[in-house]
This record gives sequence, C-alpha cells and structure tokens, in this order.
Amino acid sequence: MIEVRNINKSFDDQQILHDISVGFEQGKTNLIIGKSGSGKTVLLKCIVGLLGVDSGDIFYSGQCFTTMGNKKKKQMRQKFGMLFQGAALFDSLSVEENVRFKLDMFTTMSNAEKKERVNFCLTRVNLEGKNKLYPSELSGGMKKRVAIARAIVLNPRYLFCDEPNSGLDPQTAIMIDKLIKDITDDFNMTTIVNTHDLNSVMEIGEKVVFIHEGRKWWEGINKEVFDTQNRELNDFVFATRLVKQIRNTDESR
Amino acid sequence: MTLLHHIGRYTLLIKRAFARPEKHSIYYSRLIREMEVLGINSTGIVAIISFFMGAVITIQTAYNTESPLLPTYLIGLAARDSILLEFSSTIVALILAGKVGSNIASEIGTMRITEQIDALEIMGVNSAGYLILPKIIALMIFAPFLSVLSMMIGIFGGWIAGTAVGVVTTPDYIYGIQYAFIPYYITYSLIKSVVFAFIITTVSSYHGYFTRGGALEVGRSSTMAVVHSSVVILLFNLILTQLLLS
Repeated sequence: MIEVRNINKSFDDQQILHDISVGFEQGKTNLIIGKSGSGKTVLLKCIVGLLGVDSGDIFYSGQCFTTMGNKKKKQMRQKFGMLFQGAALFDSLSVEENVRFKLDMFTTMSNAEKKERVNFCLTRVNLEGKNKLYPSELSGGMKKRVAIARAIVLNPRYLFCDEPNSGLDPQTAIMIDKLIKDITDDFNMTTIVNTHDLNSVMEIGEKVVFIHEGRKWWEGINKEVFDTQNRELNDFVFATRLVKQIRNTDESR
Repeated sequence: MTLLHHIGRYTLLIKRAFARPEKHSIYYSRLIREMEVLGINSTGIVAIISFFMGAVITIQTAYNTESPLLPTYLIGLAARDSILLEFSSTIVALILAGKVGSNIASEIGTMRITEQIDALEIMGVNSAGYLILPKIIALMIFAPFLSVLSMMIGIFGGWIAGTAVGVVTTPDYIYGIQYAFIPYYITYSLIKSVVFAFIITTVSSYHGYFTRGGALEVGRSSTMAVVHSSVVILLFNLILTQLLLS
C-alpha cells in the first residue's frame, strides 16, 4: 500500500501539483491517467523520490518515505522496480548484464544462482535466449520487456511504470499491459502505472486516478471511467473520434 | 551568485561520489574498465602530440638561440626543461581535457537524459559514486604514466628532429638533457598531472551529471566540460607552480 498525503510540488514559481492525496492498493494495478503536461510524471517521480516535494508525505506500508534518512531510503528503494518511458536500459551492458545488475549489486548469490534468476525473469517476459544482445539491437517492445525483467529481478514490493506503452504498436502495448498485470498478481505487488492509453485503462486499470492541471480530479475503477459525469474526464476519454463513435453506437442501441 | 551555486553543487556531487561504495568488487571492475577507456585509449594521442611538440620545441629553441656564444647542448637542456616543467603535465592535461573530458560529459549527460541515472537511483545505487568515482581514481592513477610517457617521447622527438634538421648533434643533445638535471622537476610534473586528472574528471562529470534537456544540451555540456576543465587547469597550474617551485 502506498499512500500519498497532501502533496504539493512546484518548479520555480509554477505550481505543478496541488494538494494531491491518494492511496494505491497492494496487489492491484493502479493507474494514473491524464493529459500530457497534467503532472502525472511529476507525481510519479515524487512518489519514488526522484523529485522532492514542497509539502505533504508519502507512506510505503505505513513508513513515511519523505522524512526517511538517506540510508533507509536506499534500502527502501531496493524494494522498488521501475519501468521508464524509454526503458532506460544501460547501453554498455548486455540484456543479461542489465537484468542481473541488481543481483550483482545487492546480493551474495553465486554466479549459477544469478544466471538461473536472470533466465527465469527473461523467460517470464518471453525473452529467453536473448541474454547476449545489447539494447541497441532490441526493438522498442523488447526493450520494455527487458526493463520489466530488470525491475522484477529482486522480487520488488512496488512496481512503477511511466507510460509503458508509449511508442509501441497496439498489439505490443496489450502484451506489455498483460505482462504488468500478470506480474502484479503473481508477486502481489503495489503497481502504479502512468498512462494516457485508454486501452490500458480498460485492460488493467483496477484503480484509476485522473489528474488534471496538477489536481486529483477523479478516482474510481476502470468500468466507471466511461460512465462518469465528470466533464474534464469525459473530455479526456472521448477525445478521439473512434471512442466517440463507439459511445454513439452504444447509445443508439 | 551563479558561480557560488555551481561551486556548491560541484562540492556536494564530489562528496556523494566519494561515499562508501555499495559493493567494492563492482567498483573495482568499473575502475579497470575506466583505466582502459580513459587511460590506455589516450596513450596514442598523447604519444603523437608529445613527439611533435618535442620536435617543435627543439627546432624553435635551436633557431632562437643561434649564437656562437651559446653552446648547442643548451638546445637539449631547454627542450628537456620545457617538456618536464610544462608540456608533459599542463599541455597533456589540456589535451586530455579535450579528449577525456568531452567523453565523460557526453557519456554521463546521455545517461542523464535517457533516464539511466534515474534508473540507478531507483535501484538504490548511489549514481554519483557508481559513475564518477571509478573515473576519478582511474585517471588519477593513469595520468602520471601518461605524463612520464609524454616526457620520454617528447625528448625522443626532440632528438629525432634536432639531428634530422642538423641543428644539434646527438652527443650535444644527450649532454644537454643530462646537464644540470633536477630530479624534483619530475616529481613536480607528476604532482601536477594527478591534480589535473582530478580536475578533468570531476569538472566533466559535473557537467554531464547535471545535463538537462536533449541531444543539444549533451553537446553543450560536453563543450562546457572542456572549456571549464581547461580554465581550471590553467588556474591551478599557476597556483601549483607557485606552491611547488617557490
């Protein structure tokens, strides 16, 4: 469980986040949705501590992360897994080295154990046998899957995904969504996904938080997103002609 | 105010870089890799430039001291002292600031804009320590070797050029480079090379680490790293010369 309480964040004189309070539940895929520039990436970066907050607190299983000392914060972060928008794989390392990075850094496992764990994670994301490839040799979808394998290698308790589907074709995007959902269920993690992909909302959005102009505008489950009377959320959801057409077809029936 | 801001941020970054490593074995393997990338890969350029600079110094000294009152062995002496006192440490450091400094700034800057540094932080790794510390130590260890290499090749280049052009004979040149030799000059040069290595790696890492934006900013950081490293090297050259030779 991750709890965000009254978070405010500004850059110079511009306030980006306004008094946001929200809870993200364990074992569920929690989605933060909103337009580009609405502040969802800033919110995610504040939650993981990459950005400091001006005021407010973030709690991980009841422990206040914002006031934690650096040493404890580093220990806490070892329980994090994060999938970045551009995958953020280490260019100079192979797929295998990328995935085993945390094992090398934080465990005393033998080489055989590490190899076994890496192969398990790569198999989990359907990338078995790609150990020796380098990030430059991978497609966008494969990079994302390697990043997921890297994120789960130490059995994290919290998984954060920043726009996991950006730049991917619809089929690959669905596969990544399914992978995130399955992994969340398998490891009973608290997962937060930042997205503006409505397909993701329908596929994996067990809890959805809508951010608009730096404020929490709406909170609910995926099935409620299309029936809400919230005007800003409606504008966001029915922005495309395709979705509008589907709604009109449904209404005419 | 801006200068103070940069100095403060630089100091905090270096403090973080020298924090206790998460795992020594990983830092050690990175150190070896950095010694290859920053040190061994620079030997070629240092050797070529040292050879030609030694040659030019010898020929210029010869033409500027053309007098029947001055013995020709002075050509070897002047070339030796120029190479030992300034060229092998300061000029080589300026060359390294261009080659190694831009390499460090662009590598770390690219890692910053592609969120690889954020990925390290999220994993609980001290990104400053992991990325910067091995580079600092690697170049501080390797710079004295490059300096000694530069001295040897520079003096050798001077001999080849001097004798080929006919401005000095081999016995005179050898006598000149041995005449009134002060071994402390080598120590002085090595001390300077270690300090300059620290300046190059830390200033360049600083510019790379705080890159914001995209490819254009990485290029800008790389340029700034070279410019600022060079300026700081020249400033410290003045300070060290006064401190070590007075």
